[in-house]
Amino acid sequence: MAELDIDTRAAKLGIDWSQVNLDSIQLPPGENFGIESDDEGVYHDDQLEFDTGFGNIIVVDNLPVVPKTKFEKLENVLKKIYSQLGVIKEKGLWMPVDPNTGMTLGYCFIEFNTPQEAQNAKEKTHGYKLDKSHIFAVNMFDDFDRLMNVKEEWEAPQTKPYVPGENLQKWLTDEKARDQLVTRSGPDTEVFWNDARQKNTELVHKRPYWTESYVQWSPLGTYLVTLHKQGAAVWGGADTFTRLMRYQHNMVKLVDFSPGEKYLVTYHSQEPSNPRDASKVEIKVFDVRTGRMMRDFKGSADEFSIGGPGGVAGASWPVFRWAGGKDDKYFAKLSKNTISVYETETFGLIDKKSIKVDNVVDICWSPTDSILSLFVPEQGGGNQPAKVALVQIPSKVELRQKNLFSVSDCKMYWQSSGEYLAVKVDRYTKTKKSTYSGFELFRIKERDIPIEVLELDNKNDKIIAFAWEPKGHRFAVIHGDQPRPDVSFYTMKTTQHGGRVTKLGTLKAKQANALFWSPTGKYIILAGLKNFNGQLEFFNVDELETMATTEHFMATDIEWDPTGRYVATAVTSVHEMENGFTIWSFNGKLLYRNLKDHFFQLAWRPRPPSFLSPEKEEEIAKNLKKYSKKYELEDQDVSLLLSEQDREKRKALKEEWEKWVKQWKSLHEEEKLARQSLRDGEVSDEEEEEDEAKEVKEVEFEDVIEVTEEVVQE
Amino acid sequence: MRRSSPCDKERAFKEKMRPILMKGHERPLTFLRYNRDGDMLFSCAKDHTPTLWYADNGERHGTFRGHNGAVWCCDVSRDSLRLITGSADQSAKLWDVKTGQQLFSFKFGSPARSVDFALGDKLAVITTDPFMERTSAIHVKRIAEDPEDQVSESVLVLESPNGRKRINRAVWGPLNQTIVSGGEDAVLRIWDAETGKLLKESDSEVGHKNTITSLTKSADDSHFITGSLDKTAKACLWDMRTLTLLKTYVSGVPVNAVSMSPLLDHVVLGGGQDASAVTTTDHRAGKFEAKFYDKILQEEIGGVKGHFGPINALAFNPDGKSFSSGGEDGYVRLHHFDSDYFNIRI
Repeated sequence: MAELDIDTRAAKLGIDWSQVNLDSIQLPPGENFGIESDDEGVYHDDQLEFDTGFGNIIVVDNLPVVPKTKFEKLENVLKKIYSQLGVIKEKGLWMPVDPNTGMTLGYCFIEFNTPQEAQNAKEKTHGYKLDKSHIFAVNMFDDFDRLMNVKEEWEAPQTKPYVPGENLQKWLTDEKARDQLVTRSGPDTEVFWNDARQKNTELVHKRPYWTESYVQWSPLGTYLVTLHKQGAAVWGGADTFTRLMRYQHNMVKLVDFSPGEKYLVTYHSQEPSNPRDASKVEIKVFDVRTGRMMRDFKGSADEFSIGGPGGVAGASWPVFRWAGGKDDKYFAKLSKNTISVYETETFGLIDKKSIKVDNVVDICWSPTDSILSLFVPEQGGGNQPAKVALVQIPSKVELRQKNLFSVSDCKMYWQSSGEYLAVKVDRYTKTKKSTYSGFELFRIKERDIPIEVLELDNKNDKIIAFAWEPKGHRFAVIHGDQPRPDVSFYTMKTTQHGGRVTKLGTLKAKQANALFWSPTGKYIILAGLKNFNGQLEFFNVDELETMATTEHFMATDIEWDPTGRYVATAVTSVHEMENGFTIWSFNGKLLYRNLKDHFFQLAWRPRPPSFLSPEKEEEIAKNLKKYSKKYELEDQDVSLLLSEQDREKRKALKEEWEKWVKQWKSLHEEEKLARQSLRDGEVSDEEEEEDEAKEVKEVEFEDVIEVTEEVVQE
Repeated sequence: MRRSSPCDKERAFKEKMRPILMKGHERPLTFLRYNRDGDMLFSCAKDHTPTLWYADNGERHGTFRGHNGAVWCCDVSRDSLRLITGSADQSAKLWDVKTGQQLFSFKFGSPARSVDFALGDKLAVITTDPFMERTSAIHVKRIAEDPEDQVSESVLVLESPNGRKRINRAVWGPLNQTIVSGGEDAVLRIWDAETGKLLKESDSEVGHKNTITSLTKSADDSHFITGSLDKTAKACLWDMRTLTLLKTYVSGVPVNAVSMSPLLDHVVLGGGQDASAVTTTDHRAGKFEAKFYDKILQEEIGGVKGHFGPINALAFNPDGKSFSSGGEDGYVRLHHFDSDYFNIRI
């Protein structure tokens, strides 16, 4: 209450405030008149501790009913079982006994030190078989209230009236056929249309603090997932972004979608209190549409990291790799000496067994089929060769395998339509002092899966980057020595020899260290990121010609839009200055820039694959002129409109400015006398002179332009 | 000059304009100032000697010796006879431009950051840095006609409400009625020059978000431009009487210096990566160029490259036909515009 209020109130009640001795007032005990003490919060916190006191107790049911003589024995058995899973509190095990018969009642209570231990013990021992007729039923003590309230009679769930959902793919029906992109800069997350015709972006949705770490599109572009303290959320909808579903997972760190967007995998890791322990990892798999948790995995980080114990960062993400195709049927996890393949019908292991492969270090799914490629390095100092194998899932049949000798490392690259698999093999030279690289190329779709060996022209060239043409049969390799490596293009298919890999050409001495194929193939960006400061070369592989060479200085990220029409390059906040993104056309024409400070992320909204058959697509490409006419006319209209708008805008700005200048001029004029008096020594002439000088100046300006122009003409 | 973006409006900026390189300072430049006639150019640097140059050919005319610290700022009287300089040696000095003799020295307990003569040259406003126990302050001094009569007492001392933050620049408003200041707290303030009352503060919503590094008035005192290190490093054009934000020029790099063409509707921003970070990256990463913008449309027209350190000072010749830039690299670059510049149409 403000002091003023108190005074008026006191006056109203007829109390003379000055006569009241505040210290003499005594409040009835337990009454605070709505004024909380400063330490109230602390007090409450303490109480909370007591309230949750039963969280660490479990109830174990289905125990054998034993007479007094065997009581101690049973107690010891139970103690033995449960003390492995956590610390049982002193006198924490209590087994009630029927006072009449002295027999136990077949259940007991166990109190652990912490709720976590209790939870763990419950999960581990529920269903534990003590013997044939005694299978433990374990529940948390806290759950009992809830379980007791379950009604005996089954009630039919009410059918909710059907509410038609929003068209989650409305963005695909954009009349101007534009694409969306999401950016994060400063606190803001923004979704834009890339309006290349207007050479600008059009805001769809903007929200500060939309996510607590990053955002990610689902693979088909339907959802945008945001990460929060409490879990992940997906957003989407017809017109703007509304929250469609939440997935509860405390302190979620990473998320991953299945390729068909059916499932969302969330990851959380907790640093251990003791630095020598491995960090705890929890992974949950949710059904995206219903929000139901399908399965969760818990364990130490070591179990989820690939190729031996994990580092500080924990597991390498994604831990679960999804099989290709839209069915989302299988996902696999690699751990020490085993590959665990789960299927999504039951969320259990296929055949309830993992695949045992000693020392396997890498697995990779085909992007379209349920074929798993795996790599096992050399063992026994070279006595046992390294191996690359293809395994069919769910039959677990090995389709093809190849042994490789004196290998130091392998990397597998699937072509996007699953037709080819390239394995980059680094081999030791004879002296074992250095390595050289080559490729093993698998043709998956051909009979018996033939393998071809490809070596570069110069065997000793280091391979800097490799990339398959999406949907195509070509690939590009950056090889050679920094700072000016070469770029070579190969094809798996030529008209002359169908089944042989052929080199198309080599570009010498390019400033490039990364390859970015257009999603439609044919075009590629040879990019020089990092040390090369953002050199970009837009290259047409069909014609083997450079379309444009340009630079986005210090660019850190390059991403094609899903249609292959535009490219976004970005400088993210790893650099201090010139943060923001630039949009280019596919042939390297700069369309517009967008500077944003503290720029973190840019991602195009993916599109689901086209429904057109490859034949139809080809037909359209052939008769492009016919189809493009309509759009060209539109383009023209837009550019006319744009220049018109631009003119208008400029005119308005100019007029506004003129107004200011006029105002300033009149003020200047008004203040003239005052100014003269301030320069007191100077007579009014001075001011006049200045004005004259000003006029003279203007004339002079025109003169000078003429003069200099003459000079130029000479 | 270079073509910085593919927009055709930049075609006028070509590789023609050869600057005159003036190497007279051994340390980074801090400030540049032309006299009213546009024939003299005064330069201040972190070495201790302000220098006077011929503004047409860049020859050195002479130096002003006497300071014992970096010189941050200077101003020249309307009749080009008096120079006032502010220095880190905790003094501001008055000089006879003709002879280079020191006429008077104002002593402060902390470095003098900026100086500005009032209309009529009878008053000067001097700002001082926060130093030890002292807070940043704005001092108004009366400048006597005869240096013999000069006294060091301040007519008025203004204390910034945020005194631990340095005031980087203070200048006189129209008719000497107000003083406009800006500094590290990113707030622009207008003070009553008679009473010392704080009249206005800039709106923090639209204003700068980081240190205001520079502030330059238009020729008729009607508006001014400020440069800042803030997020987008923009320069704002403010109406001097009402403190209305009129224009914002986004530069993408920290701005250390700003200037307005007296002739055309152009503004120039100079700056670049912080000097301490320069050696860590590619030389092009610093963006040490003077960027030209259309004053009304706020669009970038082009840029002048050349410095190999951040630009700390910029000044237009009052005739608008040349400008000079001073860099962290110790050079003053004097650019006479070629004819193409005057024909830029956007």
